[in-house]
Order: sequence, then structure tokens, then C-alpha cells
Amino acid sequence: MTARGAAWLFVAPALLVVGVFFFVPVLAGFALSLTDFDLYALADLGNLRLVGLRNYARLLTTPLFWQALGNTLYFVVAGVPLSIAVSLGTALLLHSRLVRFRAFFRTALFTPVVTTLVAVAVIWRYLFDTRYGWLNYALGALGAPPVDWLGDPRWAMPAIIVFAVWKSFGYNMIILLAGLQSIPAELYEAARIDGASACRQFRHITLPMLTPVGVMVSILTIAGYFQLFAEPYVMTQGGPLQSTVSVLYFMYEEGFKWWNLGAASAVAVMLFILIFALTVVQLCLVRWQSAA
Amino acid sequence: MRAGHRTIIFAVLLALVLAGACRSDSAGDTVLRFWAMGREGEVVTELVRDFERTRPGIRVVVQQLPWSAAHEKLLTAFAGGTTPDVAQLGNTWIAELAALKTLEPLDRYVAASSVVQAGDYFPGIWETNRIDGFLYGVPWYVDTRLVFYRRDLLRRAGFSEPPTSWNDWRRMLAAVAADAAPGRHAILLPLNEVEPLLALALQQEEPLLRDGGRHGNFRSAGFRRALSFYREMFERDWAPLVAQVAIANVWHAFGHGDFVFYVSGPWNIGELKRRLPAAQQETWMTAPLPGPEGPGASIAGGSSLVLFRTSRHRAGAWQLIEFLSQPAVQRRFHALTGDLPPRRAAWSDRGPADDVHARAFREQLERVKPMPQVPEWERIATEVRHVAERAVRGGLSVDQAVAELDRRADRILEKRRWLLARRNE
Repeated sequence: MTARGAAWLFVAPALLVVGVFFFVPVLAGFALSLTDFDLYALADLGNLRLVGLRNYARLLTTPLFWQALGNTLYFVVAGVPLSIAVSLGTALLLHSRLVRFRAFFRTALFTPVVTTLVAVAVIWRYLFDTRYGWLNYALGALGAPPVDWLGDPRWAMPAIIVFAVWKSFGYNMIILLAGLQSIPAELYEAARIDGASACRQFRHITLPMLTPVGVMVSILTIAGYFQLFAEPYVMTQGGPLQSTVSVLYFMYEEGFKWWNLGAASAVAVMLFILIFALTVVQLCLVRWQSAA
Repeated sequence: MRAGHRTIIFAVLLALVLAGACRSDSAGDTVLRFWAMGREGEVVTELVRDFERTRPGIRVVVQQLPWSAAHEKLLTAFAGGTTPDVAQLGNTWIAELAALKTLEPLDRYVAASSVVQAGDYFPGIWETNRIDGFLYGVPWYVDTRLVFYRRDLLRRAGFSEPPTSWNDWRRMLAAVAADAAPGRHAILLPLNEVEPLLALALQQEEPLLRDGGRHGNFRSAGFRRALSFYREMFERDWAPLVAQVAIANVWHAFGHGDFVFYVSGPWNIGELKRRLPAAQQETWMTAPLPGPEGPGASIAGGSSLVLFRTSRHRAGAWQLIEFLSQPAVQRRFHALTGDLPPRRAAWSDRGPADDVHARAFREQLERVKPMPQVPEWERIATEVRHVAERAVRGGLSVDQAVAELDRRADRILEKRRWLLARRNE
């Protein structure tokens, strides 16, 4: 047996698992998106039609799909930078030598990540309550009028963003903290000898050294944030005025509420293409920058 | 975000495990699996014990489903071949499950039954169970919408009787709104409920769908009239632009006089009795829904009991349906839940008819109409809610809204048109 054959033999089990549990479902999902599989087809497969790309064409002319895409982009564009900024801020604080009880704070700030989303969503709904919520209580103390957080189409998405950032920043914080700890101390020493201020040290040492970790964090966060689902599902059910319907929520309703699995698969494929394209763009940007 | 998938998978697995657990039974008894929803699912266990006592050899396992998940569970059960023997079904879902050919037609059973007598049931509610000439369910309880109103506040505005026609209603709404304090309104129509609008639309002569459910009929003069009246109530600020969730305690607000009229269903009789202080109990009353030219129709909602085709115990399951349909059992069911019985015999004496607040419902039930019986109706109704909300919030005119609704309905009904065309070939 050649070395090449042996290598294939060794990776075969892993390839098989990836093939069966990843490629087959993805291909099946794509095939499903070319049909109009629905309730009628569930009753009798004779009612199934091959529709080619009509599901996709239809989606592109469905106003709610565009609205869902817009809502999701809003969530990603506002949520991802905010989330990474909060993660980086807390990671820097935890990394600072001035902080005491570091282990305690690290655990405390990580806690939201491991809590059950549905349970904390209930608590956040109380915080967002128009009349009795602490958030409006705090606003009132500052003299601001109360905000109908989950009932006003303009405020529902910001409320969801705040909740999602709170829920997820701890995860990136831990990764960024590890990145910070792996930056050699000598670099900072040298910078201090050269008389660099804390700000310049951050800009010229911390940020460049953190870039590889930062890229990974942003790719994972963007991919995760595009899959917004559970937050609107438990907090607003997509309302008010469908202002919190995300692409995935739209897909869930198409597929599991109305049982149009063909159309739902088309949504899934579109979302996959979108996330994939964005990831490629990001990686290209990084490669282009490091080459420059 | 990914937790969503996990929750769904978990729910499905749990359902499978539970369904499997119910079937394995060591004794030689016939085990009936009965799926019931929400509050009804909780109290029916009590009634079922009596059934078991009179029928040795039959055991009933009641599976409670929350309303919010019931629809998905039923479809998942069908896809997985784990449907129960008998179930409670919201009557707007019957067309859908009948299209799946999973429900047993009941015409034979009813013809042979001495308990279930079609003529005794309110005609509108009986009709909701009949799809393409076959009967698929027996009504269990009815749900309709009518007017709850504050007698004292209406009298103060100069009216001693509730409205019977739209014009009466308009006059009263205008009079009440004219001297309402700031922040108070004449009527509450929560924006997250489409039923009040659909009830006004069902009062019209034109059906909501045309050509045997092939196309939307929202551009008809009738639906326009209903939507215009509905929109007018918001436009003139008779009704506040709020969803139910935005009102912390709707019963308290009603008692407080935040609104004089409230279009709602039978469950609020019990809620208002429980939640308003004794001194205020004389101040509220119910009235049938006013129609365009006099007393009007309303929605024939509620739940039915159905048999599944795959059941191996259909005879026993039918006995359970007969038991739950007995007038005496229905009266007990009403006492336990406040749900209104669908047959006249159950209303005769010592039953719900003794309740002054339920009398308007008794009258309304003679004038209820079913929603269009196509599997796609639930989805179309959701679109009606979205478009109507846009219309009352000022984004769409009535003309634009009805055109948009027809467009969306026609799109949803495309597959149905194809199937019907193919069947006729």
C-alpha cells in the first residue's frame, strides 16, 4: 500500500462522517429547494412539483423576505461591532493589572453565555416592560419619557440587539482575553522605553497582534448573528409590524408553521450563500491587508 | 441562536418518547390516546375518569399540548406516523388535516348515534366540520366574538340599550369618544387579533374567497365595507393603536373605564367575574355583534373532536366523543372551563343559560358563520392581520390594502388552484 493510500484510509472515517452528516443533508436541502414540497405533498407525493428556481424567484419578490433580510442586516451591522467592542473592552479590563478578583469577574461576565436563553429572555422582558421595567425606570430617573421597547416597531430591534449582545459578549471576551495574554510582554517593555503612551501602545502593539484572533472572532460572530432566531422567537414573535422578523425566523415560519418546506429550504440556501460570501470577502480583505 | 434548533429537536424527540411510552401497555385494556390543548386538556382528565368508570376495558391517556405548539405537533405527528386515536382540534385546522387525509369521516358514526344529533347543534358551528361534503369532526365547544360593554358609561352618554346596527354603534362610539378623558377611548380592538375584523367581514354577503376557494375576494364591496368601518374606528381615535401585550391588565383597564366597548370572546366572562370587584359586577354586560343593518353574524370558532384514520380503536374513540357530547357532560365541562356548549340541549336548564352574561352568546350562536374552509386559510388570516395593521397605522389606504390582500391570497392559493385543475382533468 502506498503512503497515499494509507493517508486516504486514515481520513476515510472522518470523511464519511462529514459526508453523511454534512454534505448529504446540504445537498438534500438544496434539492428540496427546487421543489414545492408542502402540506399537499406531505399527504401525497404525487402532488410534488419540480419548480426549478421558482422558489428563489418568488422569494426575491416577497416583501417580507426583503424586510427580514433588512432586519437581519440591521441586527448584524449594529450588533456585531457593539458585541466585539464590549468583548474587547471587558477583555482589556480583565487583562489589566489593576483589576482584583480577576477570576471572579471572568466567571461573572461569562455567565450570560451559559444561561438558558429562554429563561433569561423572560427576565429581560420584565426589564423591557413599558410600565414596570427597570430600563424605563432608569430612563425616567434621567427625565426621559418611557419607551415601549418591545411594542414599538422602532425600538423592538434595538431591544433585541441589547439583549443579544449581553447574552453573547462573554464568549468573545474569553477568546480575546487569551489573545491578549499571548502578546509577549517584551513588546510593551520596548514601547515603554521608547516613550510610547498607553494609547499608542494599544494602537501599534495590541491591535496588530490581536488581528488573527480578531478576524476569527468577527467571522464567527457575523455568522452567528446572521442566524438570529431564538431572541425574536421568545421576545416578540417577529412583531411589532414584523420589525423583528429575521431571515431564520422567516424560514422557520415558512417551514414549520406553514409547512412549505421547499420555500423554507430556498431561504436556508440563500442564507448559506450570503454567509459564505461574506466570510470569503472577510478572508480576502485580511489577506489583502497583510500582503500590503 | 443555535439553541432554537436544539429546542425543536428536543421537542420532537420528547414527543416521540412520550408517544412511544403511551402505547406500551401491559394489561389487555384498550388504550385510547387523546390529545387535548391548553385549559381544556387540563380539565378533561376529570371527565375522562367518569368515562372509564362506565366502560371497563377502556383506558384513556390524555396528552396535553400547549396551544402555541399544537399545530406543529399535529403535523409532525402526521409526518412521523404517530397521530393519536382522538384529538381536540381548533376548527380552522380541520380543512388542513382533512387535506392530509388523516381524519376519519364521521357521517356513518353520526347517522348511527343516538347522542350526537346534527339538528341540535348550532348550524354555523356544525358547518365548520364539513369539508367537501364529508363530516370530519363533532363540535366540542364554541368560541365566537361579540361586544362586552360598560352599561353605566353608555347610559351616561345617553344610551340605555347596546347597539344592534353599525350606524347605532357609530353614533354611540362618537358620543362616548366626544367626552372621554384624555388617554381614554370608546372601544378596544387589539391589533394582534384579527378576529374582530374577520367577524365584521363575515357579516357581509360576499364570501372572503371566491371560485371555490381559488382566489381571494377581498376587493369585493363587502370586505371593503368591513375594512373601512374597522379603519374608521382607529382613524377617528375611537380605538387606540395598541396590541394586547401593550395593555398590562386589560380587565383592570375595562373596569377603570379606559374603554367602553371591547370585542372579545367567551373566556372573558369568567375573567371579568373573577377580576372586577363585586361592586362593579353590575356595570358590565355582553351584547351580540351589531351588523351593517341590524344584528349581525360573527365567527364560528372553537374546537371539535376528531378521529384519526390510523387509529386501531376507532369504535372506542367514538364512544369517548359521544360521551363528551352528552348535554349533561357538556354542562359540567362548561362549569369547569366556561367554554360554551355547541348544542342547544346543553343550554336548556341549569346550564350556561342561567348566566346573564352568557345570554348574548346564546343569541349570537344562532348567527355564527364558518371561515373559508381551505387548508391555506390560517395563513391568509395571518396576512389579513398584517395588512390590516398596516392599514390602520396609516400606511395603506383601503383600496391599496384590499388589492394587496388579494395579491397575497392568490399567491398562497396557487397550489390549490393547480390541484383543483388537475383533479378536473
